[in-house]
Amino acid sequence: MSADLAIETQNLGRIYTIRNRRERRIRKEVVALRDVNLQIPRGELFGLLGPNGAGKTTLIKILTTLLAPTTGWARVAGFDVVREPHKIRPRINMVSGGEASGYGLLTVRENLWMFAQFYGLPSREANRRIEELLRRIGLADRIHTKSSDLSTGLRQKMNIVRGFLTDPEILFLDEPTLGLDVNAARDVRRFIREWMDAHPDRTVLLTTHYMVEADELCDRVAIISQGRVLACDSPEALKRRLQRDALFDIEITAPNGLTSSMLEALPGVRKAVLTDADGGARLSLILAADSALPGVIHVLTERAVQVRHLTKREPTLEDVFVELVGRPLAEEEVADGQ
Amino acid sequence: MGSEARPFFAPVPKASGWRLFLKTVVARAYPRVVGQQRERSWIFFDVFLSILAVSAYVFVYRAIGAPEEYVGFVVVGGAMTAFWLNVLWSMSSQLYWEKESGNLALYIMAPNSMMAILLGMALGGIIATALRAAAILLVGSLIFHVQYAVGNLPALVVVFILTLAALYGLGMMSASLFLLWGREAWHLANLAQEPIYLLSGFYFPVKNLGFWVAVGASIIPLTLGLDAMRQLLFPSGAALGFLTVPVEVVVLAVLCVLFLVAARWLLGYMERIAIRKGRLLESRR
Repeated sequence: MSADLAIETQNLGRIYTIRNRRERRIRKEVVALRDVNLQIPRGELFGLLGPNGAGKTTLIKILTTLLAPTTGWARVAGFDVVREPHKIRPRINMVSGGEASGYGLLTVRENLWMFAQFYGLPSREANRRIEELLRRIGLADRIHTKSSDLSTGLRQKMNIVRGFLTDPEILFLDEPTLGLDVNAARDVRRFIREWMDAHPDRTVLLTTHYMVEADELCDRVAIISQGRVLACDSPEALKRRLQRDALFDIEITAPNGLTSSMLEALPGVRKAVLTDADGGARLSLILAADSALPGVIHVLTERAVQVRHLTKREPTLEDVFVELVGRPLAEEEVADGQ
Repeated sequence: MGSEARPFFAPVPKASGWRLFLKTVVARAYPRVVGQQRERSWIFFDVFLSILAVSAYVFVYRAIGAPEEYVGFVVVGGAMTAFWLNVLWSMSSQLYWEKESGNLALYIMAPNSMMAILLGMALGGIIATALRAAAILLVGSLIFHVQYAVGNLPALVVVFILTLAALYGLGMMSASLFLLWGREAWHLANLAQEPIYLLSGFYFPVKNLGFWVAVGASIIPLTLGLDAMRQLLFPSGAALGFLTVPVEVVVLAVLCVLFLVAARWLLGYMERIAIRKGRLLESRR
């Protein structure tokens, strides 16, 4: 493994064995992660983009030494996650979205101080860092507030500070903005970006199912679905894959029996996704060329579908996801939930 | 990059080895000690209600004309009840709650020792509960005019420390067991609470249960701890004692080592299972 790699995985996989609660002899195997190969250099803000249940958290658990892989291997900071977890742990930290860590009776400062002690940080330095980080993330005025009195957003900011407090070489952020309002999410993203700018030798692995977050923050993004990494590149490079295509959004009144497969059967239509929209539906199209559009309009006209609005646009990570997975992220989540 | 692009802070040397262990113990004890000061309701629930339970036994003993030392036995037993409840609900069940809140994964992932986390919980629990026990002892002694005759204070201190060490060792050991057994263990805690009051002789000399029942009950360190403390606190204590104080001290010391070694082994086992199977760290919520 190269010394410049913060994280490296080879054919990494994880299968969970689930026992039937009533008949314990009956076991079911669930593949959470399959043949994941990643190389993340030091200093990179790397994103794992995928829906719930895609395997993002499983991967993070393996890399943070909390879960053993069933196949393959992984190294973090140059050390094997199974054989050398004690060498990895002082070098890493993790923050998960929606976590309720710490103790509600303690103040923000006390909670953060406590976690800093678990990493051996001198008390005076811990307190200095706590003040500095709280100021930067916009929580300085709550330093003496009991954490049970914090809102979800403020509590998550405290958790974020906890992760950065120990100055980890590699930080794992698992859905750090999950459930936050727009302003709190923006503050967290700004904070992460500032940290990376100020600490170019530090590495962050961030999982998210927010496309904008991955696009805005990450140097490179791996798109993961059903335990497999489908693509891995910079957001720009991923979007460039679709740049030779023509992307259209068409707002319609009602589908009138129209289906995606009808449109995908047309020449030049690479992908068609039909989703509900306010008072109608939205048709997202990836076409091989603009010349395929008249065929689509013809089908709409045949079905008496009224077009409200038609836009040609630049590709987004969402389009890349649709292209790779075959459906939008929101739909994928529903499918997983079922 | 402007001034904001400078590092947020410079790297500093961090404690490791025994220094990290001690820092972790102190840090994990902190929420327990401080938390109690911020939840003043304990004065009502832990002192007033305990005094009520003690009062019931005192009135019964006085009504049937039991020796007056029994009143002192009950007050001391009432005070030590606080430690048993703390071990049962705040030690044995604690790792389960830490898992539910997400702290357990952070504890395992940190470079510290999980034994340090458990010792910190125990130390914090002992400090916080000592205040409650002292309050019960003081109020109970004043209300019921309990007379103490401490002939050997160093022996009393040794017995008290050994009792708490063995008792919290039991708590540390059962913390991993409760986590491994999940919800079933929750019922076990409920199940254990009242029978242990009876078997450990919280409100009467354990000798009265008969030799073999008392031997069986001695697996709970409070049984012999209470018996030895009563022998050292009251003039007629020795006559009502189950075993001699030196024997009880030796058994308590053995239990202490046994429970701490078992706690360490079980913690390692729990962590291995958690990492291999990926279940123990999952919150059920």
